[in-house]
Amino acid sequence: MSSSPPVKLIGHFASPFVHRAAAALRLKGVPYEFIQEDLENKSELMLANNPIHKKVPVLLHGDRAVCESLVIVEYVDEAFDGPPLLPADPYDRAMARFWAHFMDTKCRTPLVLSFLTEGEQQEGFLKETKENLALLEAQLDGKRFFGGDSVGYLDIALSGMSRWMAVFEEMTGVSLLADDDFAALRRWAKEYTSNEAVMQCLPGIEQIKGHFSATAKKDKVKAVATAMQQQQ
Amino acid sequence: MDHHLEQQAAESEKKAVKLLGMWASPYVLQVRWALAMKGVEYEYVEEDLRSKSAQLLAYNPVHKKVPVLVYHGRPIAESQVILEFIDDAWNHRGDPILPRDPYRRAMARFWARFKQDKLSPPIWRWFTTEGEEQEAAYEAAVEQLLVLEKELAVSGKPFFGGEKVGFVDLSLSPLAYVIPIYEEIVTGGGGGGVKMVTEEKMPSLAAWMGRFLSSPAVRGHLPPLEKLRPRCQAMREAFLVSARAKVEQQQQQ
Repeated sequence: MSSSPPVKLIGHFASPFVHRAAAALRLKGVPYEFIQEDLENKSELMLANNPIHKKVPVLLHGDRAVCESLVIVEYVDEAFDGPPLLPADPYDRAMARFWAHFMDTKCRTPLVLSFLTEGEQQEGFLKETKENLALLEAQLDGKRFFGGDSVGYLDIALSGMSRWMAVFEEMTGVSLLADDDFAALRRWAKEYTSNEAVMQCLPGIEQIKGHFSATAKKDKVKAVATAMQQQQ
Repeated sequence: MDHHLEQQAAESEKKAVKLLGMWASPYVLQVRWALAMKGVEYEYVEEDLRSKSAQLLAYNPVHKKVPVLVYHGRPIAESQVILEFIDDAWNHRGDPILPRDPYRRAMARFWARFKQDKLSPPIWRWFTTEGEEQEAAYEAAVEQLLVLEKELAVSGKPFFGGEKVGFVDLSLSPLAYVIPIYEEIVTGGGGGGVKMVTEEKMPSLAAWMGRFLSSPAVRGHLPPLEKLRPRCQAMREAFLVSARAKVEQQQQQ
């Protein structure tokens, strides 16, 4: 497994999806060049390498292009030497993939909408989100990370909760993780964001806030929704 | 292994592996074919999704859906997760479901997601609407199918998995048998009408459909076309009736 062809990551510093890919590279110890993409003015490089979705992140490894954040994380785990990101046991691997899929398909939309809506609509999304968060809280089950003693695939997949959630909470005044019910998730967020490898590719709260404020043209709903559409 | 030991092994495996499913679900079928590819014996439990069993709700409390694979009493849900699990748990047996090479694995996962994200929605919209909305959905679906056509044509291989059926073929499997049913229903069953996958426009895909259904794992458990047809017909009618009722309501206001 040669890692000598150069590795580049096309992405955006404020994107939680791009962070997933970067975290995988950092944790695996793979050197890479980060290419910042202007999502409102997409580059030829990105469009050529992700013609179908036209989104970030895109990983370039020599002449190979890999798209979709979780596909990139598994690729990095399998193509390079370094500490394994997925567990060895087939059942544990299935559980890691299941909960990552849960975040992306069931959890994310109501979570984001909890911050972007108001009144009765918001109540509904908040209730649903708290139920979803409770399931994830239970998955931690006394462990330091979802992966056990060290950061793994599921921690990376859920990393949006460790930093971006706090950003949205500060920007909107909506409080989710502060709930009594989520002590383990709060502890996990601190552990994850203090990890040496992760810190090298994790944007700060103010940095992310600045980005979302800068892109907000009409209203915050449209801005965040549009930003999220550019990422996978 | 002598015959007696083989039999014993098969019986104990059957106790260890259980699949909760529903006859019409393409996701359940994919799992059955994957298990067949690995030669895994299992107990199959048919679920009535209108009246979900305590077992199903206990094994898949998060989504309450089938398929659920139960391995030594531990449940796994979500068809893509299950397919990867089958490949991992029985990787010493049968043919690989995912390729071994990391880049080809990444591509396989990418195409499986493509089907869910880009292909299924317009096909479903085409099947459940009429008029302009249906026409637009048709164009969108064909556009995505042509992407797949190109992928297969360029590879020059019989299957998306290469020489044999693989993860992507399983993920795309509804295209092989559901689209022809949809085409029949949408065009009213008569000859002619608008087809979605034609030999002229998509020769590789058209050939793949028949080849997939004749492959060893699949032909051992063919999709139940005769039962599926009336079910799909009823679904389309229900959607059209509901949509027309909404339009009428709006017009009366």
